[in-house]
Amino acid sequence: MIRLEGRARRFGDNVNTDYIITSARKRDTIDEQVLKQWLLETLDPAFAASVREEDMIVAGENFGCGSAMEVAVTVILAAGIKAVIAQSFSRTFYRNAINNGLIPVQCDTNRFEEGDRLSVQLDGAELSVANYTKELTLSGPPIAGVMLDILEHGGLVRFIREHRRLMPREQ
Amino acid sequence: MDIAERKRCVDIAERAGNVSARTISEKILSAKAGREVHAGEIAICTVDRVLGTDASGPMAIDYFEKMGGERLFDPSRVLFAFDHYAPPASAKTAAFHDRLRAFATRHGAELCDVGEGISFQLLAERGGALPGSLVIGADSHTATAGALNLFATGVGSSDLAAAMITGQVWIRVPESIKITLTGTRTAFLSPKDVGLALVNAIGPAGANYKALEFHGSALGAFTLEERMVICNLGAEMDAKASIFPSDNATNAYLTGRKVGLASPVTADIYAVYAREVTLDLSRLSPRVALPHAPDNVVPIEQAAGTPVHMVFLGTCTGGRVRDFHEALAALDRAGGQLAPGVQLVVTPASREVADAIRDDGTLARFEALGATVTTVGCGACCGTSGVIPGDGMNVLSTANRNFKARMGNANASIYLASPAACGASAATGKITDPRAERAAR
Repeated sequence: MIRLEGRARRFGDNVNTDYIITSARKRDTIDEQVLKQWLLETLDPAFAASVREEDMIVAGENFGCGSAMEVAVTVILAAGIKAVIAQSFSRTFYRNAINNGLIPVQCDTNRFEEGDRLSVQLDGAELSVANYTKELTLSGPPIAGVMLDILEHGGLVRFIREHRRLMPREQ
Repeated sequence: MDIAERKRCVDIAERAGNVSARTISEKILSAKAGREVHAGEIAICTVDRVLGTDASGPMAIDYFEKMGGERLFDPSRVLFAFDHYAPPASAKTAAFHDRLRAFATRHGAELCDVGEGISFQLLAERGGALPGSLVIGADSHTATAGALNLFATGVGSSDLAAAMITGQVWIRVPESIKITLTGTRTAFLSPKDVGLALVNAIGPAGANYKALEFHGSALGAFTLEERMVICNLGAEMDAKASIFPSDNATNAYLTGRKVGLASPVTADIYAVYAREVTLDLSRLSPRVALPHAPDNVVPIEQAAGTPVHMVFLGTCTGGRVRDFHEALAALDRAGGQLAPGVQLVVTPASREVADAIRDDGTLARFEALGATVTTVGCGACCGTSGVIPGDGMNVLSTANRNFKARMGNANASIYLASPAACGASAATGKITDPRAERAAR
């Protein structure tokens, strides 16, 4: 079981990977520890400096759309953010999140606001989020099959190191 | 429709006439999973081709090493293209290139260095994009290759690394959206207009976790390279893949290129779709996507007259031979000179394209007009190499994305349109309907 507590940092719809970290910034480095200082700068230049360990990104529809670049996920993790809660995710971002152990929670975020106190819980395949400020508990679609295996390994790196191949989850 | 409901429909259809009722995506992924899979299931598939770029490749090497990778599952199936940072604009970028070059050489992967072109364009040109195959590429526009009747999908660097080691990828089998193109294609109607109209109709996330599958009587009106433009824009609807059927245009393109066995795949007539969209080409007119989203699409009349300071012809959407011909022809019809203050940037998608337009004199015409012709590849599209627009500039581009800061400057505005609209507008200095450029002058 994975349980995270944190604070909501609110963004809107269609936050694309260029907004998360611009291609121009990663021209010289793909080191997420360096890049994190420019996290989401196009949308909010002050955001990166204000991030606290355990913040969670809350967004609207289609989070992570655009380019498939994976630093969009690793730079979020490097900033100390371990979960993104969105109305919906772009598919490549969702894949990259699972593969790196960033928890993507898909649920109705309409009532979520900046600063809300949140808790995210992954229990087996069941994924839920509690918003203490708004007194809401919501569940996301379960994380199934090999996706759950990968997430439970903390990402695809450890999964491949241990198993040397992809295989269906044992029932 | 949920999975259970879908399966029920498929079961009924399959029982009704003892027929198969699967989409192209389900058929290809079933073949690659080695078992029958339906939409919604998670399949472990074997891949036919793995594509990396200089943008995604260095990070994939990091993952490869962390995963304990020692060798490629099959070096002849792995291709790296230096397209996003071509040529490298800093010593640090050059160092990424060196690292990727060394990795590809050591492991025997196909290496397409600076000046060769965009990854999936090269795969197609070299005959590696075969009907019925499964291609993954660490580039969101990999789906472009689906024009050749295959399942091509964009992934990140970790998936790329895992596939390089194992030859496998995990895929949630997508539901498909059936797109039917009907009617008669009118003069100056570009596949870019078709693609933008679809992005607008389906929305930026409308094809999320889904594949687009193309059908209809009007498909034959588009060459293989034009189909690539439509497939390319699938990424702007978040489609997992965009797939055309295989026909004469496919065979014509593959003739003389093909390396391997083509296994064309058709959809079953009883296949179940998440959604069906019909587009009547007879009624479709040129389109423009306004800043700062590719789905912010209007008929070109509504944007006509907007001042244009830079025109960008190129990228994986609009950087092929026919695109440059159409742009130049429209530019000529609109006066044959660049309007004062307009900067024209030309970036062919590959060396094959550059050679073709050099041989037929097109490139010389652009150069004579004062165009900046850059190294083949992704060019100025994502602000990584090529020309960066200045503050307050309006760019009209044949590319696929117009996000704020996309071309490297958050204070520029990017409009997307067809090559003909871009060519005409370069001559007039304002967004110009390619059907009416004489009147616009």
